[in-house]
Amino acid sequence: MTVAAERLPLSGRSRSGARLVARIRHHALTAAALAALVFLLLPIAVVIAFSFNDPAGRFNFTWERFTLDNWANPFGFPDLQGSVVLSLEIAALSSLVATALGTLIALALARHRFRGRAATNLLIFLPMAAPEIVMGSSLLALFLNYSVPLGFTTILIAHIMFNISFVVVTVRARLAGQDMHLEEAAMDLFASPWATFLRVTLPLIAPGILAGGLLAFALSVDDFVITYLVSGSDQTFPLFVWGAARVAVPPQINVIGTIIFVAAVALMVANVLWQLRRTPKGAQ
Amino acid sequence: MSTSAANPGLRAQPRDDGSRPAPAVSDVRLERVTKRFDDVVAVDDLSLEIEHGSFFALLGPSGCGKTTTLRMIGGFEEPTAGTIFLGEQDVTGLPPYKRDVNTVFQSYALFPHLSIFENVAFGLRRRGAPRGEIGRRVGEALELVALGGLEKRKPRQLSGGQQQRVALARALVNRPRVLLLDEPLGALDLKLRKQMQLELKGIQNEVAVTFVHVTHDQEEAMTMADRIAVMNEGRVEQLGSPSELYERPRTAFVAGFLGVSNLLPGTVSGDAAVRLDGGGEVRVTPDALAGRTGRVALGIRPEKIRLGGDEANVLEGVVEERSYIGVATQYIVATPAGLVTVYSQNSEPSAAAAAVGSRMSLNWPPEATFVVDTTQEVPK
Repeated sequence: MTVAAERLPLSGRSRSGARLVARIRHHALTAAALAALVFLLLPIAVVIAFSFNDPAGRFNFTWERFTLDNWANPFGFPDLQGSVVLSLEIAALSSLVATALGTLIALALARHRFRGRAATNLLIFLPMAAPEIVMGSSLLALFLNYSVPLGFTTILIAHIMFNISFVVVTVRARLAGQDMHLEEAAMDLFASPWATFLRVTLPLIAPGILAGGLLAFALSVDDFVITYLVSGSDQTFPLFVWGAARVAVPPQINVIGTIIFVAAVALMVANVLWQLRRTPKGAQ
Repeated sequence: MSTSAANPGLRAQPRDDGSRPAPAVSDVRLERVTKRFDDVVAVDDLSLEIEHGSFFALLGPSGCGKTTTLRMIGGFEEPTAGTIFLGEQDVTGLPPYKRDVNTVFQSYALFPHLSIFENVAFGLRRRGAPRGEIGRRVGEALELVALGGLEKRKPRQLSGGQQQRVALARALVNRPRVLLLDEPLGALDLKLRKQMQLELKGIQNEVAVTFVHVTHDQEEAMTMADRIAVMNEGRVEQLGSPSELYERPRTAFVAGFLGVSNLLPGTVSGDAAVRLDGGGEVRVTPDALAGRTGRVALGIRPEKIRLGGDEANVLEGVVEERSYIGVATQYIVATPAGLVTVYSQNSEPSAAAAAVGSRMSLNWPPEATFVVDTTQEVPK
């Protein structure tokens, strides 16, 4: 009896100890994940916060006081507006062209057997795998050799080139998961090849095309290294930030950065919602 | 299946344009068709005629060329040599969308982004049918396959059996000259498959469209088809009604592919007799012998053998194995001519089974005997 009485509280204590360990174990992963998220998101939060700062000098590095002036006048800094417009133009045009070409390449690679298919499959990865500095300098050498004047056209060509690979990879992944018989079924039901593409293939790979296009747009807005080498005297937004940072960091840069970030998040959310709406209720 | 008069559009009746050919013209005719993939011959000098209104099965093991044949009729593959006719029209070289045939694919291939209604309406829309007609005919087709009311669903929301019916409605709504079915029941479970076999047969009777059905399942072919072409290595081994193929197989391959056969080697010893290798002469009909001489193989179906009796053909043997399979008891009997499988019907509850090791007298009439060239399923 006494032995048993002594043991009871002991085992009770060890049980609560085990429960504590289990609880820590249970929450450790959550805590680590949260810490990683904070680590990732803190810089973005700082960028957004400092877009509302009213800096004392030319460098927007220390918090002074809250103001909406920067947002009221986002282009209130010489050359900022021109660089943003150029970036958006290049991004829109290059992602459009790269999406069209990349989709066609993906279709050819996934649906047709032709000479050089294996080689194309491999080469399409090169722009993704090669260091940007190598690609940029090669392109620059090419443009100089053929005396192509550096500027809008060369930036556009460079962006289309590195964007195509990403579109091809995204669209091809979508095509690979598709039943080849769907296209045969459409042709069986009197659809010409063109009608088959418009009515069946295109709607089914549309999410892949959209994802590829958005990715290309984001990569184009973001690119610095290649653009720096082939831009001549033109300035895209990243080049402008780089140039400005040496003499001043105006809070307008934070404003534009915040707008780009919010736009990207909004697009992502819209894409997810669209996917959810396409998946009928009750389907897996 | 619905049989109301509310949807006459798909019932047996003259086609809209009244161009239904005279019965003498077959709906599908293949003339010396060969298909090679690189150096593999998938279909080898095949000639075939499929009568209007028939339920025609292409039966064979995988790799025998049956699916390639179907795909050539549909226009998905072009023959390396030979000609394909639909009715009197030479369609060789025509793409699928210019052929008056529709296909039910093995994977159903329903368009996942379109509703059931739009799936079924797809063919009609491509042909520019008026809006009112599309609505009416899609409704009829879905009634025919007992899926009325599901128009707004997406394919993913239907069960496998329902998807199969949509695929059927999507093809039949176009009133094709020929409906091609590529192993359409392969993905269904056994019970549903049996049910769909009968429904398909019923629908075919109702719409009177020529069905060409590809399958590797001999039971499925026998249940549904009124003509079967048994294919092997790119050629038709034998073509006939299910009972012809079963009762009078012309090759060892056909005998083995459709049901179970005993094949005993022997030598022709008269115009209606074969001497078995193990001794003993067996009476056959001259018809079964079909002028063969020399080495042959004698075939008997296990259920046609009786234990005891006074039939013309008798073979003595010893029971080697016995297994009870419900409707019958199966014996493997060792005879001088070789091992013989026998099914003894368990029609009487009291029927005593013969023990392993006991002697048995196997009896069968000459009419139950067929003759093939060799016991080998693949010659050479």
